[in-house]
Amino acid sequence: MVDASQAIVSIQGLNKRYANGFVALKNIDLAIRRGEIFALLGPNGAGKTTLINIICGIVNASSGTVIADGFDNVAQYRQARSRIGLVPQELNTDAFETVWATTSFSRGLYGKPSNPAHIEKVLRSLSLWDKKDEKIMALSGGMKRRVLIAKALSHEPTILFLDEPTAGVDVELRHDMWQVVHELRDAGVTIILTTHYIEEAEEMADRVGVILDGEIILVEDKATLMRKLGKRQLSLQLNQPLAAIPESLIDLELELADDGQTLVHTFDAQRESSGVAEMLTRLAELGIGFHDLKSTESSLEEIFVNLVRKPR
Amino acid sequence: MSSDGMNWYGVKAIYHFEMARWLRTLGQSLAAPVLTTALYFIVFGAAIGGRMGEIEGVSYGAFIIPGLMMLSILNESMGNASFGIFFPKWSGTMFEILSAPLSWKEMLLGYVGAATTKSMLLGLLILVTARVFVPYEIAHPLWMLAFLFLTALSFSLFGFLIGLWAETWERLQTIPMLVITPLTFLGGAFYSIDMLPPLWQKITLINPVVYLISGFRWSFYGIADVHVGISIGMIVLFLSVCLLTARWMIVSGYRLKK
Ligand SMILES: Nc1ncnc2c1ncn2[C@@H]1O[C@H](COP(=O)(O)OP(=O)(O)OP(=O)(O)O)[C@@H](O)[C@H]1O
Ligand SMILES: [Mg+2]
Repeated sequence: MVDASQAIVSIQGLNKRYANGFVALKNIDLAIRRGEIFALLGPNGAGKTTLINIICGIVNASSGTVIADGFDNVAQYRQARSRIGLVPQELNTDAFETVWATTSFSRGLYGKPSNPAHIEKVLRSLSLWDKKDEKIMALSGGMKRRVLIAKALSHEPTILFLDEPTAGVDVELRHDMWQVVHELRDAGVTIILTTHYIEEAEEMADRVGVILDGEIILVEDKATLMRKLGKRQLSLQLNQPLAAIPESLIDLELELADDGQTLVHTFDAQRESSGVAEMLTRLAELGIGFHDLKSTESSLEEIFVNLVRKPR
Repeated sequence: MSSDGMNWYGVKAIYHFEMARWLRTLGQSLAAPVLTTALYFIVFGAAIGGRMGEIEGVSYGAFIIPGLMMLSILNESMGNASFGIFFPKWSGTMFEILSAPLSWKEMLLGYVGAATTKSMLLGLLILVTARVFVPYEIAHPLWMLAFLFLTALSFSLFGFLIGLWAETWERLQTIPMLVITPLTFLGGAFYSIDMLPPLWQKITLINPVVYLISGFRWSFYGIADVHVGISIGMIVLFLSVCLLTARWMIVSGYRLKK
């Protein structure tokens, strides 16, 4: 794990049991590094929102501690909270307020003197400037999502939680948001996001955490994760279809596809491709020819699906 | 955050938000209570009051002014403050208040402060409206303002508690309808307690609103059903109980945090 001096958010022994007895978080230990983009992945109901809401002070933990930028989120809630911005999963906004008013309101709420220049900068960066005088109820869902992001950025937080920021957002806007998130990271903001679009995590995250049934089952650098758990495949388009895999090749991880026309070799991405040379030599010895070959790597999505599907 | 450790910008943000909400529907916010009060004056003051004698030297129309003001202030304070905190809970925007660096004091100053302001403005407007119907004089204007303020504050705080506690719209309406309205009507808004049979004079004294109206009326006409010191004591007691309850509810997150 990360040593404490590096961690901007440090969670220890966190448990949450809701009033109805449901245990949503089990003994969570997690450290978020200063300046990183951390993607928290997990299926519906895994406990992502619960975890974020506890850190932000919206839900009470049953036990455990959360330290944000050196401040305990309960005992020193003022210091802790004034550093945190939250974009919630639900699109809850004040329908009758204007975009400008609601964004300025958020800044005040977090204890900052008004700063129209900053609000303007935030609204412009989210392409909301031309909507600044419109009432929120007149905005589309994607626009409301952006207003929530603007509110969360209004007080210049150093830690930003984005709970499914791109749910229900069109492709173009999603790329805009990625852009905004990257800019924030470059400005030194630590970002923790949840998403069900794994490509989003793949595109943005420095590290990935996977939560399942209230437990963190994995935290890893994205690159390492993809190397460790990713699979690579080599597909050969055969000149002559095969009815079965020749006996002398049985020890290699081979499969036939396309009615025997394609031979597929699957191997762990971290294992060097030594097996490939061996396979090609043996195929040549057997006189099996091929006219095309293709190599593919599994995406984070496949890795993720395998992780959460595995019976544990 | 200012040097005294208070988040005054946060207080200001909530206060402005609540005042803006009220100003957006100003006509509605003021017209309804003023119209209601005018009707009371017409029905009770003019129609019935004409057949009633003076009460302790005060004409009936003038006698009911403090009670009517109290009636409106109680209703407005509770309606406004309970809605102010219930609505964000209901609509989900409460997340922002909960995640902001606000203490219980700042939340109360913002929400209850705004509701108190609105109620006092309304009370004064009713006082002006009453002028149209009956002549009156105010014997102790500063005490009148003090009572107005304390009452608006206490019941805004009480309304805030109801809004915190309520989980449905029905509950939000229940307490004002089932408890406060009867208490105000039985609290001597339209009569002097002396007019009641002896047994009821005693029973009435468990009604806290009696102390409010009595004290308030004293500030107008120097006449009271109970001693003015007791009135002030009761208000302060009620205020303190509400304050402690509010602090406990906000700090523990009761009905606010899951
Ligand atoms: N107030 C509550 N009372 C009881 N159980 C709750 C409450 N809120 C959430 N839960 C339960 O806790 C679990 C975790 O919920 P949570 O919202 O944290 O999941 P999530 O990972 O954010 O899911 P999603 O991807 O759907 O947003 C779920 O099983 C949910 O039903
Ligand atoms: Mg969620």
